Amino acid sequence: MVRLIAFLVGVFFSGMLLIGLGDTIIGAIKEPAVPTAEHEFHKMPLAEKFPHDGPLGKYDKGQLQRGLKVYAEVCSACHSLKLVSFRDFAALGYDEEQVKAIAKGWKTEVPSINPETGEPATRPGIPADRIPSPFPNEVAARAANNNALPPDLSLITKARANGPAYVYSLLIGYEETQPAELLKKFPDAKTPDGLHYNPYFANLNIAMAAPLAADDQVTYDDGTKATKAQMAKDVAAFLTWTAEPKMENRKSAGWAALGFLIIFTVLAWMSYKSIWADKKH
Amino acid sequence: MSFPWANEYKPQNAVTKWVDERLPLPRLVYNAVGAGYPVPRNLNYFWNFGVLAGVALVIQIVTGIVLAMHYYASVDGAFNSVEHIMRDVNAGWFIRYAHMNGASFFFIVVYIHIFRGLFYGSYKAPREMIWLLGVVIFLLMMATAFMGYVLPWGQMSFWGAQVITGFFSAIPLVGEPLRQLLLGGFAPDQAALNRFFSLHYLLPFVIAGVIILHVWALHIPGSSNPTGVSVKAEQDTVPFHPYYTAKDGFGLGVFLIGFVAITFFAPNLLGHPDNYIQANPLSTPAHIVPEWYFLPFYAILKAFTVNFGIPFTGIVLIEAKLMGVLAMFGSILLLFFLPWLDTSPVRSGHYRPLFRKFFWYGLIPSLVVLTYCGAQPPYTQWVVLSQIAAAYYFAHFLIILPIVSRIERPLPLPNSITEAVTGKPLQTATA
Repeated sequence: MVRLIAFLVGVFFSGMLLIGLGDTIIGAIKEPAVPTAEHEFHKMPLAEKFPHDGPLGKYDKGQLQRGLKVYAEVCSACHSLKLVSFRDFAALGYDEEQVKAIAKGWKTEVPSINPETGEPATRPGIPADRIPSPFPNEVAARAANNNALPPDLSLITKARANGPAYVYSLLIGYEETQPAELLKKFPDAKTPDGLHYNPYFANLNIAMAAPLAADDQVTYDDGTKATKAQMAKDVAAFLTWTAEPKMENRKSAGWAALGFLIIFTVLAWMSYKSIWADKKH
Repeated sequence: MSFPWANEYKPQNAVTKWVDERLPLPRLVYNAVGAGYPVPRNLNYFWNFGVLAGVALVIQIVTGIVLAMHYYASVDGAFNSVEHIMRDVNAGWFIRYAHMNGASFFFIVVYIHIFRGLFYGSYKAPREMIWLLGVVIFLLMMATAFMGYVLPWGQMSFWGAQVITGFFSAIPLVGEPLRQLLLGGFAPDQAALNRFFSLHYLLPFVIAGVIILHVWALHIPGSSNPTGVSVKAEQDTVPFHPYYTAKDGFGLGVFLIGFVAITFFAPNLLGHPDNYIQANPLSTPAHIVPEWYFLPFYAILKAFTVNFGIPFTGIVLIEAKLMGVLAMFGSILLLFFLPWLDTSPVRSGHYRPLFRKFFWYGLIPSLVVLTYCGAQPPYTQWVVLSQIAAAYYFAHFLIILPIVSRIERPLPLPNSITEAVTGKPLQTATA
């Protein structure tokens, strides 16, 4: 009885799937999938290497400091970094005084209240503060950005596939005009007004205008030449750090754990062999 | 215990004797995983995975309890509390990544454990109850993992919950009210998050309870083995301790090396980037996919594309969506009937030439294809492939296995485990 019912259920499910298979194939022949501009012109991120890649990779503190400068002077005009505190910048190689100075000198002040009247007010940042956001709320952010919402960047490199390379590619990937081939093939896919063509962005048209418009937009303190590619790479590295601040602890703990486990496993292997030595199996 | 030659627990001193007379817990452990449990001497490395699954559960419970000390089940606070764990809690990044990847490794070892059972016929008499309890554990694990994935309240958490609870709305008449009852609202929200957290904390202990039954049921007939030939005499077995504790110790080392390598060097490899975006009910991700271990079942769900009805009348009896949901649950529930679908008296796939062909060239490829297709967007080629693979999956268990069991001529079995191992016939004192 069980086998009879099973047989009928099997015939039903498999049969419906095979009918569905025929239906899918007929459907694909009758109405072949329409190619889209996104499908054909979207590019995968460039294969850019970073010093923190790989199991032995470490952050380059000089690069993170440069990236912070790019974020502070360019990105932070629109993008928040809500999960990071000023105190965290100690990990970039700044000492306590420098962290205090960065917090105090940040161009957006920290929301607060007037201690006498209780009215909303702002005050200079201190190391314990989170990085203040450029807009008080989502409505204000959208209002200032043509109804687009600049995403928080704290986790952006983990929230996109191949994140660091994606951020880098997106920042240098803007194209002044759409490829002629695209417009020829997809006349309707013209970039709408107010958007910007960028083949690394999922739907090709991004609301953000090219933020790194020219070389030397940021003046680096360490004398590095601030080309667009250099700035893009530095800020991508910085945003990797904001998303994964404990990466170096993680990798060094990983090596210690692996070392321990390899010794453990070798010893376990030897005791296994010795215990079974006289037992054929 | 059915082995007369099993070692008997003998308390070594006055204290253990005192304990043994009042609460024989050391005796229980001795008989369960000590020298008092005789195990076939010919087990291969596939038999390590039961113990490894137990270890994986312990890792999940220990890391999970610590996470729960810092986690905050609120739609506004959950995402940030996870990031607080990652950034500010001492070694919080380790606990969280270990828990996240621990779930994946739990499924890896359990899948291998299930395949071991499928290939070596571990579900057959007299071990049906072990198998049935195992399927219960598998279902509980899936529920636990699903609810755990919702807790960080990222985009995939939210939309995954939306899709999975949406299955219930496919049920005619009561579907939508049932879905609202499960969620505590019209969409995943605070009520759903709170109850998922509560159940996610509860179910692992239920799993632990069913594992006790699973192991208890195992100890009635004892472990099976790669030949599938039953234990006949003492020479066929070795005491679990030290023989298999040593072998499991080595297996555990290898397992932990893999687990540590992923957890410390590629912790987000098995996750989805969208879950690092806080849940937003107003913004649907371009492409909703479940965690990798649900992909074959998700592919089966999506493979049903046509309604079942009376041809040429337009009357629909079962909608494609409902059929997909039934098939997805059915694809797991059919495992409950496996002991009665595969009627071949030969357990091990080694001695079943026809079964073995269908297993390696049919079942395994179809599951690989389903896993791959489950993660793909609904383009024609992936739908076609998953329809073929899903059709094979159901046919394999429900049609092919019962027929194969009937028509197959198995290879000759060794007379005993000892003979299979040493090449010499088993010699018993009585024989």
